[in-house]
This record gives sequence, structure tokens and C-alpha cells, in this order.
Amino acid sequence: MRHGKYPFIIGFLAVPVALYAIFVVGAYLQMFRLSLTDWTGYGTFNDIGFANFEKLWNDSVFWTALRHNGFLLLLLPIVTIALALFFAFLLNVGGGSKGGVTRGVWGSPIYRVIFFFPQLLALAIVAVIFGRVFGPDKSGMINGLLPDSWEPWLFLASERWALTCILVVLVWQAVGFYVVLFSAGMGSIPQEIYEAAALDGASRITLFSKITLPLLWGNIQVAWIYLGIAAFDAFALVNIMTVNQGGPNNSTQVLSLQIYLNAFKYSQAGYASALGVVLFFLALSFAWLTLRVSRRDAVDA
Amino acid sequence: MSDITNSELDRRTLLRRAAAVGIAATPAVGMLSACVGGGEDDKTEQATGTKSAENPLGIDPKAPIEIVIFDGGLGTKYATDVDTPMYSKKWPESKVTYSATQQIATTIKPRLNSGDSPDMINNSGSDLMDFGAIVKAGQAADLTDLFAAPSFDIEGKTVAETLVPGAVEQGTYDTDSGRKPFAVNYSFTVFGLYYNKKLFDKNGWTAPTTWADFTALCDKIKAAGITPFGYAGANASYYMVRAILTSAGKIGTEQVLKDIDNLKPGAWQAPAIKQAAEAWGQIGAKYINKSFLGLKHTEVQLQQNQDKLAIYPCGSWLENEQAASITPNFEYAVMPYPSVTGSDQLPATAINAAAGEVYFASAKGKNPQGGKEYLRVMLSKAAALEFTKLTKSLTVVAGAADGLTISPGLTSANDMLSKAGKDVFMGYLFDTWYKKLDDASREAANTLMFNGGDAQKFCDAMEKASQEVAKDSSIAKFTRV
Repeated sequence: MRHGKYPFIIGFLAVPVALYAIFVVGAYLQMFRLSLTDWTGYGTFNDIGFANFEKLWNDSVFWTALRHNGFLLLLLPIVTIALALFFAFLLNVGGGSKGGVTRGVWGSPIYRVIFFFPQLLALAIVAVIFGRVFGPDKSGMINGLLPDSWEPWLFLASERWALTCILVVLVWQAVGFYVVLFSAGMGSIPQEIYEAAALDGASRITLFSKITLPLLWGNIQVAWIYLGIAAFDAFALVNIMTVNQGGPNNSTQVLSLQIYLNAFKYSQAGYASALGVVLFFLALSFAWLTLRVSRRDAVDA
Repeated sequence: MSDITNSELDRRTLLRRAAAVGIAATPAVGMLSACVGGGEDDKTEQATGTKSAENPLGIDPKAPIEIVIFDGGLGTKYATDVDTPMYSKKWPESKVTYSATQQIATTIKPRLNSGDSPDMINNSGSDLMDFGAIVKAGQAADLTDLFAAPSFDIEGKTVAETLVPGAVEQGTYDTDSGRKPFAVNYSFTVFGLYYNKKLFDKNGWTAPTTWADFTALCDKIKAAGITPFGYAGANASYYMVRAILTSAGKIGTEQVLKDIDNLKPGAWQAPAIKQAAEAWGQIGAKYINKSFLGLKHTEVQLQQNQDKLAIYPCGSWLENEQAASITPNFEYAVMPYPSVTGSDQLPATAINAAAGEVYFASAKGKNPQGGKEYLRVMLSKAAALEFTKLTKSLTVVAGAADGLTISPGLTSANDMLSKAGKDVFMGYLFDTWYKKLDDASREAANTLMFNGGDAQKFCDAMEKASQEVAKDSSIAKFTRV
């Protein structure tokens, strides 16, 4: 069989590697190249050195967008993971143990399916639905539920709360997936460990913090990175839901939207590429840092 | 050369994956595929024929043309049922390939860049292409010969002579080789304050001409439990920008707006702008419904149709857009913006009316002359009349719709137009020239109207944005005279 090894490997690898090289590496190389030009998106372009990056440094909207991405980067993973862990714990272990077998709260198989529903909806649909949920007058779903005497809440029309509304939708959409991920992780934790701990009189909180959490660490780490990357994105929601795309008054502006606006609306493809380069390095350093900081020896079960 | 951007719709996936590239080796759709550049090297074979009285643009009678129409508020019937049959009647051997889309930039931009452009394009809608950039890249055909050619069906006049004043000017751009027209702005829009005539008649309210009358009317409307004034902040704040700047134009003449278009330092700090912003800011602070900031234009327009909102700043397309929501108790009428001060340089009847809806022939298509000939057909009196009948929109063809009674709103707009006489001004062009400044003006108008009405803040924000554009060498600049 040995002589057949190379054709086999090459056959398997060639197509994905070629696709990757053309559509990822190639595209990136072009982005780096374009970030040094004044290309408008139409016609030809001139090299302008690092002028785009200089412009970016002095662009107040860029810094606003970066701050908002930072806000999402900080809160999206924490809130989503905390909620997902809580729900996953309830679904798997929260019901206590009966006859030596730990189980979830009553009805947990159904909840598990329901939690996953938001994941099945396209993000654009989610954005449109939540646009109505957050409607700023009485026709909005939440405002419709509030007593008539109350002033309607402005939600996305409020500079102060608009970004929080986006965060809420991002969390709502993501949490189901991580419940399932963590549930699977919890399912692979051997029952005997819980049993032994329960025999020693451990409370549910102790079970969670001393057993579940350490044994799920690998999953949480992956979740953190994925959610971090989602926080760098948020494009679809901001683009569809917010006032004036990124408003009011840039209060929901994010980097991905800035790239889109500059590339396709303001005819500044060169500048948009420079923003893309910045986003690329930010995402890369985030992933590297997360892996670095959260590294710890896997607990041997 | 291949497509530059064929994946705009896929941006969410794209950005997520682009960010993930360091971690997960997922093949992604690239933002820029194989080749960067503009199709500059490819010289497409272009069809031409011999010029004659019958064929003033010198088209090749046998060469096919391809047209792309924006499928929006105006529909596409005017193209399929009027313009194309007229063109085909004159040039039976020239096959017309037609398509319609709502995503002009998404579908057309890659084709322009790859040298495979349609011959005549209707650049419109929310996904329109930055026309200034198209001109700068040499993608739009010079229309000088079209406007100088004889009119399709008005004897003894050139195309330019059949149009309303300012129509050619509005599609004229500065290039390295001088000022030239590149676009036909086909529809003619009259702007003003729209209201329900029946509601006003029922309550004995009349259209105000001075600002004091206007605020007094707003007080009465408010007392009747109706929101006096409003617009949709989420996606229609440019209606408000137009309201503020129209008032400014009436205070200090169109020169104020020309200075803005020419990015003149201090243009946004002019007294006329500040007075207009102050007056409107007060309206915002007192009479607007705060929730409108988060609503879209259709939602607010519906509220007006339900008599929950009295006065709405808009253009003459409004009636057609709302046709399905109008009840028998609703009849659109329009009034000019009231004079802000007693010393306004233009009278209270002065209005802003402008040509809009860009159509252009592609410079690098296979048959640019054919595209221009199609435009010449559109600019005929017969085609213009049918357009107005079908879309309830006036066209730039002067007097084409005279004597036509179509709908109360359009009749009201026509009345306003004739009362204004010579005091009709085109307004401003910076919103199509500089998209970034356009976005800044929308934000500033929203902040002014929904967030305290601070006129100085409005002027400062816009002055800053305007000067940033002026200093940015990567943005193509245009001027007005």
C-alpha cells in the first residue's frame, strides 16, 4: 500500500490547498497590496505608501468603531459563555442525582432543541425580527407590552442603548449553539466523578466550579475565540438594524461596517483595505492572546 | 481581467472567515478575486455607424444594445412598454437586451470593472454606484453629442433645448478635459411639505407662509393630538437635510448651497445655514415624535396616512410610493417651505425642484452610441408623457405633462411649481458627489432634530466633515458655477 500514499495525499490536499491559496491567501495579499493605494473601486490606482494608515490614525470614526468592537469583544464572550454554561448545567446536571445518575431539569431534552432554534435562523432574519422587537413606538413588541402610560423606550434610537441592543441580539443568537457545545462536553464527563463528589457531600455549586468547569476548559477556550471573532464582525446586525447604518451619531459603528461603507459607498477601496489589514491583525492577535493566556494543562479525567 | 467584487452580499460570512483565517483553515470567498485593476487594458470593440439626419448619433443600426433598469418606486413598465418599443420601432435590427435589478452596484459594478458593461444603466436605489467615482474612472460616456443632437420628436430643437433649466447642469462633471455632461437626470422632483388636504380642510388649517404661522399651526395640530411634524430618522433623514438646506437657500439664495457643494471653507457656518438650522431645531425640539428617529420612511409615511402625523417633508414621488396605503379620507397636497425670516431673499413661494434618477451610457461598453440613442428616445416628448402617466412623476422634458390631470398630489405639486415661477432652484449636489458628506449630513440632521436642536453644533459638525472631504486627496472633487 505504501506506494499509493503520495497520490492519495496529494489528491486529497491539492483541491483544498488550491482553493485556500486562491480565495484566502490570494485575497489577503491583494488586500495588503491595495491598502497601499488610493484605489476608488473603479478603474486604476496609484501607490500612496502608508497614507491610508495615517488617515486611519486620525479618523475619529475609526476609533469610535474600534471602541465599540472592544465593548462587544469584552462582553459578548463573557455573557454568552456564562449564560450557556448556566443553561447547559441545568440541562445536564441541574436536576440533581437520582439513583446515582445525575440528570438535567425536567423537560431538558425539549429545552435543548428550543435553545438551538435561533441558530437555525439566518442572521438577516434575526435582525429584521429584532428590529420589530425593539420598535421605538407602541408598535414595537417590547414597547407594546409596557403599560400605556409609559413613554416608549427608544432602544436603537437611543445613542446610549443602541449598542447594547445589538449585544443582546448577538447573545440571543449565539447562546443556543454554545449550550449544545457545552452539553456535549458535559456529557463526556464520566458520571463516577459526579457520583464521588456527591457522596462527599458537594453542593451543586461546588460540582459546577470544581468539576464541570475545569473539565470543560477546552470547550470554553474554543467558544471564547469564536465569540471574540463574532464580536469583531457584527456587520449584518448593525447594517440592517441600526439607525442610518451605524447610528444614531455613530453609536453603533463597528469596524466591519466601516470597511463596507468605505469600500462600497464612499468609493475608497484603498482605505477600506487598510481598515481590513488592521482588522486582520486585531483578530490574529486576539486569537493568539486568548490561546496564550488561557493555556493550562488539560485536567486528566 | 476578472470580477473585482462579486461577493458583496456575502460580507458577513466573508468578514467572519477573514478574521478566522489565523485559526481555522476555512476556504473563504475572497473580497478581491484573481485580478486587481480596472479593465483598462481591454479595449472592447465598439459599434459605430455613419452619422446622418436620421441617425444623429451615428449608431450601428444592426448592433444590439443592453440596458439595465432599477426596479424601484418608478417600476420598470416605462422601459419595457414605452421606451424599448419606441427604440425598436426606429431601429428594428438593433436587438435590445433588457434586465432589471434592485441591486445596481452589486450586479453592475463588477461588470464595469471587468469591461463587460451594459450600454445604458439606470443608477438608482439604495444600492446605487458612486457616480462621481464612475466619471473619474472614465466609465461613463460623454453625453455632449446626445444633448446637441436634434430631439427625437420635437422639431427644430436639440435635446438640451427641450429640457427644464438645470437638467443638463445637474449631470455635468469636471474632468481632466473640461466640464462635460455624463448623466441624464430624467425625473423631475418637486420638494415641499406634504400634508393631508382633507384633514387640513376638516380642521380649517391653512398652509402657512411665515415661520410664525408655521409654529402657530404646529401648536394647533399638537393640541388636536396629532404629531405636527416628523420624518423617519432611521433611513430617510436626507429629507430633513433637504428641508434645512432649502430653508437656508430661501434665506440666502442658492449661492449658500453652491458654496456647500464647492466645499468652500466656512460654507456651513454661513448665517443662512445657521438660521435655518435654528428654526428647524426648534421645530424638532417642540413638535417631533422622538420615536421617529428609530423608524423607517414607510413606517412614518403610514402614520401620516393614518392622520397620526400632519406634515412630512418629502418629494413628489411620495404619492406614488404610498398609493396602496391611501384611504378615501386622504388626499396628498404640498406646500412650499415657509419663509424663516422676514428678510428672506427668496419669496415664500420659492421652491426646490431638482432632476433626479440617473441614467448613463457606459463609455466602455460594446455600443455606447446605442446607449445614447436609447436615452434620446427616453427624452422624447412622447416617452416623457407616458413616463409621467405610468409613474406619476414629472420628467425633465419641459412641459411634456402639461394639461395632464393625474392625481391630486401631482396637481398640487404642479400648482406649487407654477406659483414659484422663476424662483425654482436646483438645490445641492454634494449628496451625490460626496457620499461621506451625505452620511455626515444625515447624522447631523438627526442630532439636530431629535437631540436638542443645537444649531451651532449642526454647523460645526458639517463644517468639519466638509473640510475633511476637501482635504482628502483620494476623493474626486467637483465644482458648480
